[in-house]
Amino acid sequence: MGTALTVDVRGVSKSFGHGRNAVQVLNDVSVKIAEREFFTLLGPSGCGKTTLLRLIAGFEDVDRGDIFIAGQRVNDQPPFRRNVNTVFQSYALFPHLTVQQNAAFGLRMKDLPREEIKRRANEALEMVRMSALANRRPSELSGGQQQRVALARALAPRPQVLLLDEPLSALDLKLRKEMQIELKQLQNQAGITFIFVTHDQEEALGLSDRIGVMNDGVIMQVGKPIDIYERPTHRFVANFIGDINLLEAKVSNGKALLKSGHLVECDVSAHSPSSSVSLAIRPERARIVKETDTEANFAGIVDHFAYMGTALVYQIRLLEGTKFLLRETTANGAGQFAQVGSRVGIKVAPEAIRVLRD
Amino acid sequence: MKPSLRRIPLSREISFAVIAYLYLPVIVLAAYSFNANRTATVWTEFSFNWYLRILHNPSIQAAALNSLIVATAATVASTIIGLLAAVGTQKRFKGRSTLEGLINSPLILPEIVVAVATLILFVSVGIGVGLLSITIAHIAFCIPFAYLPIKARLAEMDKHYNEAALDLYANRFDAFRLITLPLLWPGILSGATLAFVISLDDFITSFFLSGPGATTLPVYIFSSIKAGITPEVNAISTVMVLVSIVLVALSFAINRIGKPIRR
Amino acid sequence: MLEQHSSSQATRNLLLVAPAIVVLVLLVVIPLGIMAYVSLLARGEGSGVNWSSNISGAAYLSFFVEEDFDGSLVPNYSYLLSFLRSIAQAIFTTAICILLGVPMAMWMAGLDTKWRSLMVLVVTIPFWTSLLIRNYAWLIILRQDGWAQEFVNAILPAEWKVSLLYNDFAVAVGLAYSFLPFMILPVFSTLEKFDWRLLEAAYDLGANKWRAIRNVVLPISMPGIVAGSLLVFIPSLGSFITPALLGGGKTLMIGNLIYLQFTSSRNWPFGAALSIILLGLMFVCIAVLALRQKRNAAVSGRKRAK
Repeated sequence: MGTALTVDVRGVSKSFGHGRNAVQVLNDVSVKIAEREFFTLLGPSGCGKTTLLRLIAGFEDVDRGDIFIAGQRVNDQPPFRRNVNTVFQSYALFPHLTVQQNAAFGLRMKDLPREEIKRRANEALEMVRMSALANRRPSELSGGQQQRVALARALAPRPQVLLLDEPLSALDLKLRKEMQIELKQLQNQAGITFIFVTHDQEEALGLSDRIGVMNDGVIMQVGKPIDIYERPTHRFVANFIGDINLLEAKVSNGKALLKSGHLVECDVSAHSPSSSVSLAIRPERARIVKETDTEANFAGIVDHFAYMGTALVYQIRLLEGTKFLLRETTANGAGQFAQVGSRVGIKVAPEAIRVLRD
Repeated sequence: MKPSLRRIPLSREISFAVIAYLYLPVIVLAAYSFNANRTATVWTEFSFNWYLRILHNPSIQAAALNSLIVATAATVASTIIGLLAAVGTQKRFKGRSTLEGLINSPLILPEIVVAVATLILFVSVGIGVGLLSITIAHIAFCIPFAYLPIKARLAEMDKHYNEAALDLYANRFDAFRLITLPLLWPGILSGATLAFVISLDDFITSFFLSGPGATTLPVYIFSSIKAGITPEVNAISTVMVLVSIVLVALSFAINRIGKPIRR
Repeated sequence: MLEQHSSSQATRNLLLVAPAIVVLVLLVVIPLGIMAYVSLLARGEGSGVNWSSNISGAAYLSFFVEEDFDGSLVPNYSYLLSFLRSIAQAIFTTAICILLGVPMAMWMAGLDTKWRSLMVLVVTIPFWTSLLIRNYAWLIILRQDGWAQEFVNAILPAEWKVSLLYNDFAVAVGLAYSFLPFMILPVFSTLEKFDWRLLEAAYDLGANKWRAIRNVVLPISMPGIVAGSLLVFIPSLGSFITPALLGGGKTLMIGNLIYLQFTSSRNWPFGAALSIILLGLMFVCIAVLALRQKRNAAVSGRKRAK
């Protein structure tokens, strides 16, 4: 990964509509994206991730703030002056042009020599393995093929940044998995920055160098996938990515005091004494032990239990009434199942507990 | 669900009657145009005679030529104006619905009122009546017929096509020329055809604005009817109805081209 | 920055719409304005209007009164009667169109998709053919010594001897025929998405056919019927071709009156006044409907809020 910046978004705000109907879509968003980085904007629909992408592409104008691409302020540049290309969610392949003509469009608009247009369009199509269908129309292609052509079309002009707006959402699961791998390979091959928008957390975790989690027009947390998953900084981030248990607690004597009265050892150094916090615990980081086990941090009753092949999933009702999800791997053999209705102890290592401000 | 439950009593019978009501008169008219007998009340034998007579009737030919000139000019002008307006009203802006109301106003206003108002205008500014006046007036009421199909086509076109073109370094003019316009062609042709048919068939406006030597076909037909029914009028009327139906069917067929863009 | 960018887009849009605005202002708005002005002038000697006459409401007054031999004003109801006749004729036409068009629309809505679109085409095509010629076709059918009249007179008692042409009946037939598609299509489009299981549910709840139609299908098609009625009523009111071809000398409608002022009578101010009154009548109808819809929307909005 390079260190130079390609995209620098500084304090950008954007709202749509006027007066009473105005909706603030982005609120003072700043993010720096490095050269050759695979950066993902992740968030639920309506969080502003697509708008941010469209602002970078130049389809919308910012209300406040600045956007720099490769060090140059682009606020006033129309899309056709920005060295950025987009892969649209609907692909937006021009239906009256062939695959080859679609791939060549951006090169043609750059007024490159005829030979070069042809060569580079073909190269781009080869890169996505679509050369064989170069003379087809988009309507004659499958969804996955259209996806590849859209990629080739956006890559052919060799932009500094490729923007991808939920490009895989229209594909079925199997194809999506294949395309994810291919996207990653393409990025390495092309050696350019990818900014990828998705609401699919698994996709984001698997593909990205870094992820920016967005909610309500704000970037909540930016970090590597492992940081986002293991060390969420907000309840929203913790909740949005993967399954998580959130337990209400109070800081007490350097530990966390649960409602049930259990004292749980964890890192509360960032929180003032007797402040309310949430303990975020991933289901796979907790273990079932005997209730009487001295290692047990707290206890509950097994409400429900399911065998999922690779894992055993328990739903446990804690003593104070909170539901707790727990996942045990079957990698070391299925072992013993805790019976529904039985009382069990739950053990969580202090480093597996993330303490979040309420 | 059983189809019988869907059926509303008598609705089918009434519908067949309505279809007959809508089409029988024109069929009768067409039938009479093939009747050899001049009195036209008694059927004698099948004949193309009246159609041949049209070909040798100079006033019909002159009127037909006038109609074609007016319709062609009005179609070209109204289609260009309608296309620009459709592109200009594509995005929401303040006052858009008022503008659309103005563009579509000829569809709601009684034609006779607009026709006499236009007559007053043309006479008072000295343009007077004649072929030019008819053409100018036709442009106004042809605009909504050209505008609406183009606008509908634009509305259902993926707006990302234009964005994709801009994104791929096309300036706004090239994006329109290379992407929007080619995809809009069916809508444009369809709108133009409808405008042509409306202009060709127009009677009221042409009637008030027609002067000596500036008679269009419908105006000719009206004055012939007033002078007494002749089989020749039946023949030329039948031809006009046929032309309208063929053109409208063509317009609908064109408009279906490339429709299933979305999967 | 935003202001600059979006205002350039607004300018672009305005430039694109400009030709249409110019043409329609020049050919619709300004002519109607001039006509309103002419309606306040006096008629001219040689031409239809005296441009240098004083502004007065004389043309509107002559709608109700006329000058007697000695110059005194006496009431003249003939124009008012023509207007009332036009309104009555338009209402009658609308009624026929409802009676024929609504069942047809219901029938169409119940068809398979393929037949549906064919029927829409069947109903649409007459709209695109010359109104003049379609009315002329009725002239041929209904004319004296035509087979339709002979047939009617043959089945009626001999002393009744009816004439089918040049009367209100012929005009009603012609108007309904001209504007029927304007009733069928809006009603059809409100019923197009109709869920026929609702009708099934009504039967299931013990409704018989008529009650199911009255309480389920009819209320759903109401917006279409109202819109269709307006689309039939307005052109019927301002119709010219049908009464000119199929109506007799005694069955003048507003359109024919206007026509006369611009031809044989050469009284432009009065013709202009008649046109303005017709426009006024039309706008009242549209306004009443718009208010009704607004109120309905408000009522249903309140219901939803509860």
